[in-house]
Amino acid sequence: MARKRPLYGLMAEFETPEQLLAAVRRTREAGYREIDAFSPFPIENLGEAIGFHRTRLPVLVFIGGLLGCSGGFFLQWWPNVIGFPINVGGKPWNSWPAFIPITFELTILCAALTTFFGMLALNGLPTPYHPVFNVERFEVCSRDRFFLVIKARDRRYDVVTTREFLEGLNPSRVMEVES
Amino acid sequence: MPVGIEPQDLELAPGHNYGTVTDKISDIVLKEGTGKWWKAGFAVAIALLIVFHYGVVLLMTYGVGVWGVNIPVAWGFAITNFVWWIGIGHAGTLISAFLLLMRQRWRTSINRFAEAMTIFAVACAGMFPLLHLGRPWLFYWLFPYPDTMGTWPQFRSPLVWDVFAVSTYLTVSILFWYLGLIPDFGTMRDKAKSRAVKIVYGILSWGWRGSAIHWERYEMAGLLLAGISTPLVVSVHTVVSFDFTIAIVPGWHSTIFPPYFVAGAIYSGFAMVLTLAIPLRRWYHLEDFVTLKHLDNMAKLMLATGMIVTYAYVMETFMAFYSGNPYDRYMMLNRFFGPYAAVFWTLIGCNLIAPQALWFRRVRRSPWLLFVDALIIQTGMWLERFVIIVLSLHRDYLPSAWGMYYPTKVDWEVFLGTIGLFLTLFYLFVRLLPMISMSELRHLVHKTQAEEVKA
Repeated sequence: MARKRPLYGLMAEFETPEQLLAAVRRTREAGYREIDAFSPFPIENLGEAIGFHRTRLPVLVFIGGLLGCSGGFFLQWWPNVIGFPINVGGKPWNSWPAFIPITFELTILCAALTTFFGMLALNGLPTPYHPVFNVERFEVCSRDRFFLVIKARDRRYDVVTTREFLEGLNPSRVMEVES
Repeated sequence: MPVGIEPQDLELAPGHNYGTVTDKISDIVLKEGTGKWWKAGFAVAIALLIVFHYGVVLLMTYGVGVWGVNIPVAWGFAITNFVWWIGIGHAGTLISAFLLLMRQRWRTSINRFAEAMTIFAVACAGMFPLLHLGRPWLFYWLFPYPDTMGTWPQFRSPLVWDVFAVSTYLTVSILFWYLGLIPDFGTMRDKAKSRAVKIVYGILSWGWRGSAIHWERYEMAGLLLAGISTPLVVSVHTVVSFDFTIAIVPGWHSTIFPPYFVAGAIYSGFAMVLTLAIPLRRWYHLEDFVTLKHLDNMAKLMLATGMIVTYAYVMETFMAFYSGNPYDRYMMLNRFFGPYAAVFWTLIGCNLIAPQALWFRRVRRSPWLLFVDALIIQTGMWLERFVIIVLSLHRDYLPSAWGMYYPTKVDWEVFLGTIGLFLTLFYLFVRLLPMISMSELRHLVHKTQAEEVKA
């Protein structure tokens, strides 16, 4: 039967994080660039090995915090000085030390919201559909197995040679990922 | 295992691999179902929750007059309970944020349920200022929004700061908790047998698939949230203490309050974590993950914060006399010998004497002694807030304005009721969500194995 859709890529399964890390390094050395690795917990240096350098998340969080800080102060300054100035115990309109606690809390709030939703957005989550889940075996990836995927859109990808290459990495099995 | 280390000194019992830790935790939810302990506990929790509803209905029908509060003691049980609950929450954030920054590995197996405890405790805490408003349905007046009345909240008031501090705290705690749950929801989705359960956990996991690049950003997000939450947790109880120190009432107007409140919060919080951890590890056979080492460490933290609280009591007493202020001195004498002296001395017994047992390793390593000590300390911390609030308010400057405060039946119903609310939420959490972080446990297994290879 002819396949209706092209493959997403090939997937190799490994037993330990060390094997996966070594396999990822050899795959990069072999010239593959469109690869991804999956693991049940974060593995040190794996992101770097895959060609991922630095996340922009801290910059976003800093901007979020800055917006929360200035917005929080403005939220108090405007009503007290412009919108609805009211004399409380003879304090100046802009009695800024009294505005600091709320300014601080809103800085934290905005920075935290940016962290959480920024992480999801950069990761492209939520992802309702992803080809890797077509592989039945992939369900152990959230338990105790480690996976490497070479995507079909890689320049060097070839159904036969890529499969041979993956077999050569000594995985416990190699599987096709339908798109 | 490295030579010279006993099994009870480990953060994780030997002999576990990625699969066993995952199965153990996820099976509690997916396979074991509701045991007899769960059912019995849940029944008690629901019964208390009904008591809560009963008290709240009376309160809504007749107004805050059904409580014992009046002038001069207008805060009574409501604010005592508020401060007590919110303090309890602090240990959860401390474990998840501060200990993460300090690279304390023993936080791994206790952070999930400690964070859950934080969220539920803050939810209970939030009930009291709301109910104490008198017209709780108008609570949104506390938030700044451009309304048709053309007025704004009083931003110079610590009570408004409190609204921002507590709501920020609740939001950030939920975010932190959910962040940790995302990979675990992925595991639950993959391990669930029924399609409906798979779909629910799948949606909750946002489609998490454990990609290496995702893990990089995920770890960074965890670190950033920890960095953000650490000053937050200190600020929340500081702002709560401002509710008192900004006023000029003797016994409140003191610069020692912010650090003293934060230490007290952590003190009662760890007591609550122990109260929850000791039965949980027993009922669900989690002794491999929550080891004696965890209990020992938490007991030590309790002892340390207890000593800070003791220091604060001593300093408070010293300053009352050293300052030469007759009102402060009378406040202290009133605590020692006044009509509420019995409450004060019970507090001293619970908060100062009881924790001294924790100097002994045998107490720190025997779960049930520790459990009893933790309950005593929680009682003590509740009494401390009662002493601060009621004893300061009931006799301040003018003897003609003095009065007494006695809690009513509804006071007790609402207080015990929030314990029911807390327990109900906690029992549901234990039943429906993985109560220990599986992804972090697997990470811990990996680190432990790496160390064994080295040794």
